[in-house]
Amino acid sequence: MREVELLIIGSGPAGLCAAISAASSGAKVLILERTFKPGGQLVKQTHMFFGSESQYASHRGVDIAGILLKKVEEFGDKIEIMLNATAVGFYEDNVVTVLKDEKEYFKIKADSAICATGAFEKSLAFPNNDLPGIYGAGAVQTLMNVYGIRPGNRVLMVGAGNIGVIVSYQLMQAGIDVAAVLDAAPRIGAYLVHASKLARMGVPILTSHTVKEAIGKDCLEAAVVCEVDDHFKPIPGTEKRYDVDVMCISVGLSPLNELLAMRGVEMKYVPQLSGSVPMRTESCETSIPGIFVAGDASGIEEASSAMAEGYLAGLCAAAKLGHVPEDFEKRKAEYLKQLEGLRSGPVGDRIRAGMKSSQL
Amino acid sequence: MFEKTGVATREMVMTKFPPIERINKGPIAIVECYQKIPCNPCQTACPFGAIHIGEDINNIPERDENVCTGCGMCVAKCPGLSIMIVDGSKSEDTVEFRIPYEFMPLPEVGEKVVGLDRAGNPVCEAKVIKVMNPPSFDRTPVVTLEVGREFLYDFRNFRREA
Ligand SMILES: Cc1cc2nc3c(=O)[nH]c(=O)nc-3n(C[C@H](O)[C@H](O)[C@H](O)COP(=O)(O)OP(=O)(O)OC[C@H]3O[C@@H](n4cnc5c(N)ncnc54)[C@H](O)[C@@H]3O)c2cc1C
Ligand code: SF4
Ligand code: SF4
Repeated sequence: MREVELLIIGSGPAGLCAAISAASSGAKVLILERTFKPGGQLVKQTHMFFGSESQYASHRGVDIAGILLKKVEEFGDKIEIMLNATAVGFYEDNVVTVLKDEKEYFKIKADSAICATGAFEKSLAFPNNDLPGIYGAGAVQTLMNVYGIRPGNRVLMVGAGNIGVIVSYQLMQAGIDVAAVLDAAPRIGAYLVHASKLARMGVPILTSHTVKEAIGKDCLEAAVVCEVDDHFKPIPGTEKRYDVDVMCISVGLSPLNELLAMRGVEMKYVPQLSGSVPMRTESCETSIPGIFVAGDASGIEEASSAMAEGYLAGLCAAAKLGHVPEDFEKRKAEYLKQLEGLRSGPVGDRIRAGMKSSQL
Repeated sequence: MFEKTGVATREMVMTKFPPIERINKGPIAIVECYQKIPCNPCQTACPFGAIHIGEDINNIPERDENVCTGCGMCVAKCPGLSIMIVDGSKSEDTVEFRIPYEFMPLPEVGEKVVGLDRAGNPVCEAKVIKVMNPPSFDRTPVVTLEVGREFLYDFRNFRREA
């Protein structure tokens, strides 16, 4: 059985930064990535990111992935990335089972591990929601920006959070018509600068609206939407029909971390972090010593915080393995300060509350 | 309304414009960022220190009308595409706008395009004066357009004729 010093599951911004940070302290790292490309969500983000300079603000997500991968290369002797390799089990003795290329199945034993598996898209229940043409917004973004495939001609976006609004903008950039963006909430959840970008292209954003049903025989042909009241109850007589061949569901993400639950770390449902998350210390360590978590897997936030958490988790995991750099305290304080800054404003209220209730 | 539609009201827009005398003197940045979000590339991008956010990255950017030269360095750097340059010094009847435009194909110089307001409604005709897309703008081209003065507070975007 292969043995590794530090195993990182997931090669998104959190996993890559954790690897860079741990390797720079001297740890040997293996990253498992289930897809054929490292970078996680970043590889499909063609828009410029918010944040500050230390998180590469105003760079496009896909370029941030490139910057991080270049740094990973600089530690070539310390970091290995295994692609098409899905971690499928995580056992008490720190053995992780891996499915590689969908045929090879083997075990890896890790001295220490960081779970940076990201998130999964929530779905929405309405009649005919299984018609072909109804996608998660993330799937459409992957089709478009990773594979260069046009998902359809006219789209109805369900969900006016950042993802819904950004994917709508990217659909327009790809020359695809966006009929409307709707959201059951009375207010737009996305950063309003993103929403304004879409509004001034003439795309209506309909708050307090939901999908009543999808219509189509073999695939999506139309969607019926309606207004909802303050209690999210549909208001009869407000139905509107949109002839669309694509509907994107973008009603939020949930942390993907079943591996940690399987390993037996203490979990808690924290609504502010969008799902069940591991309890963790300030250093991103779970209730089991040597098992860490970083990024969306620990609560839905952003790439900027995923990177800072990754750096922090990598630093602390390596230190626990005996690789304590001279500037340990300084670096740790710096990452904590970055995280505090990112979570300090009004949009960070929710995250701060979530962090508090998931702190060990 | 803004939080329901993404369309800023006229009152909100007016708080971001300097007095008309300043606009008539020469180009200046209009920074339409209304919400506290953790973001500050505009401040970092400005070579003159004309945009202030400060210690707390969530603060709303403030542009100093006396320091801003209208150089436009911040326009392509803002991830929210919320900054544009207006210049009322060129003529008495028109104003020039410099706005970010991330759509292909890019318009041609001299082309007449449809001017849109903040809700995407057509409001006027606009003439393309210049199209800038240097590597330093990192694929956010900036288009200069000439627009009738009466649309100073309405014009915000454009669409090419089909
Ligand atoms: C449309 C959209 C727009 C966004 N815009 C912004 C933005 O402007 N600014 C910003 O800061 N953030 C933005 N984000 C959020 C940002 O992309 C995420 O917060 C960030 O990518 C989270 O990083 P992560 O490393 O935790 O997870 P991810 O990036 O999701 O990476 C997780 C990785 O783990 C892999 N993985 C999962 N399970 C396994 C397993 N069992 N075995 C092996 N590998 C596994 C996945 O394949 C993936 O590569 C956006 C997200 C979306 C979807
Ligand atoms: S236009 Fe130039 S001077 Fe004015 S705020 Fe932008 S970068 Fe600074
Ligand atoms: S860069 Fe743009 S979105 Fe970010 S704070 Fe400045 S004006 Fe607002």
